[in-house]
Amino acid sequence: MEAEAAKYIGAGIACLGMAGASIGLGNIFSSYLEGALRNPSAAQGQFSNLIFGFAVTEALGIFSFAVALIMMFT
Amino acid sequence: MNIGLPIVAKDPTAQFELHTLAELKIGNFDLSFTNSSLMMVVSILCVCLWFLLSSKRQLIPGRAQSVLEMSYEFIADMLKSSTGKEGMRFFPLVFTIFIFILFANMLGMIPFFFTITSHIIVTFALAMVVMLTVIGYGIWKNGFTFLKVFWPDGIPMAIKPFVSLLEIISFFSRPISLSVRLWANMFAGHILLKLFAGFAISMFAAGGLLAAGSIVPFTLTLALMPLEFLVSFVQAYVFALLTCVYLSDAVSPGHH
Repeated sequence: MEAEAAKYIGAGIACLGMAGASIGLGNIFSSYLEGALRNPSAAQGQFSNLIFGFAVTEALGIFSFAVALIMMFT
Repeated sequence: MNIGLPIVAKDPTAQFELHTLAELKIGNFDLSFTNSSLMMVVSILCVCLWFLLSSKRQLIPGRAQSVLEMSYEFIADMLKSSTGKEGMRFFPLVFTIFIFILFANMLGMIPFFFTITSHIIVTFALAMVVMLTVIGYGIWKNGFTFLKVFWPDGIPMAIKPFVSLLEIISFFSRPISLSVRLWANMFAGHILLKLFAGFAISMFAAGGLLAAGSIVPFTLTLALMPLEFLVSFVQAYVFALLTCVYLSDAVSPGHH
C-alpha cells in the first residue's frame, strides 16, 4: 500500500473517535434537559456545570480530530 | 463573474497563512509584525474603544456600558461560584482572557479577517499563562500542601494511589486540552465555512444544472454562520470557565 493512501485511511479511522464523544455529548444534554424539565427552577444554576461537562467531553472528540489533521498534513 | 474566484476557491487552509507586514529580526528570533499581530492589535483597540465608550459612569447606562456591566457580572458570578471570595483577586486575569478571546473569535468571523485563535501557538500561550498562574499561586500560597491536588481528600485508601495517578495525568494534560479545544474549534469551523463556500462557487462556475444546485451549499454556509458565532462565544466562555475551575485548585487544593 502506498504511504499516502495509508495516511488517509488512518485519518478516517481516527475520526471514529468522534463517535464516542458524540454519544457522550448526547448523554450530557439529554440528562440536562430531563432534569431541567422535571425541576425548571433549578435548571439555571446547573448551566455552568452543563457547559463544563460539555467542554470536557468535547475535548476528547477534538483530540481525535487533531490526530486526523496531524495524519493528513504531516 | 470571475472577480471572487481566485481569492475564495483556493485551498481551505490558505486563510490561516501568516504574511509578514513589517520585518523585524533579532538574532535568530523572527519578531516580524504579521497579519496575526495586526489582528491582535485590532482586537485590543476594539476592546479599548468599548471600555472608553462605557467609562462615563452614567447612572442610566447606555448600550456599551450596560453590555460591559453585564459581562462584568457574568464573569464575576462565575469566578465567585467556583473559587469563592478569595479567587476574586484573579478577576482581572479571567476577564481579560474572556474578553480577548471573545473579540479575537468574533473579529475572525468577519470575512477576509484573520482569526488569531486558529493558530495553536496563540491558544497554547494563553493556556500556559493560566497554568503557570495556577502553579505559581498554588505554591506561593499553600507551599508544600499544594501537592494535595494530586492526593485528594475523601477517597478510600485502597484506590487512592490509582486516583492520584489519574490526577497527575489529568493535571499535566490540562494545558494541552485547554489550548487544543479552542484552536481546533476555530480551525475546524473556519475550514468548514471555506469548504462550503468553495463548493458553492465551483458549482456556480460549472454552469447549467450544477449552477442551480449551488444554492444548497450556499444555504448551508448561511446556516453555519450563526452556529460559528455561537461556537465563538461558547469557546470563550468555556476557556474562562475552565480557568476558574483550575484556579480553584490553586486556591484550595485537594477539595473537589
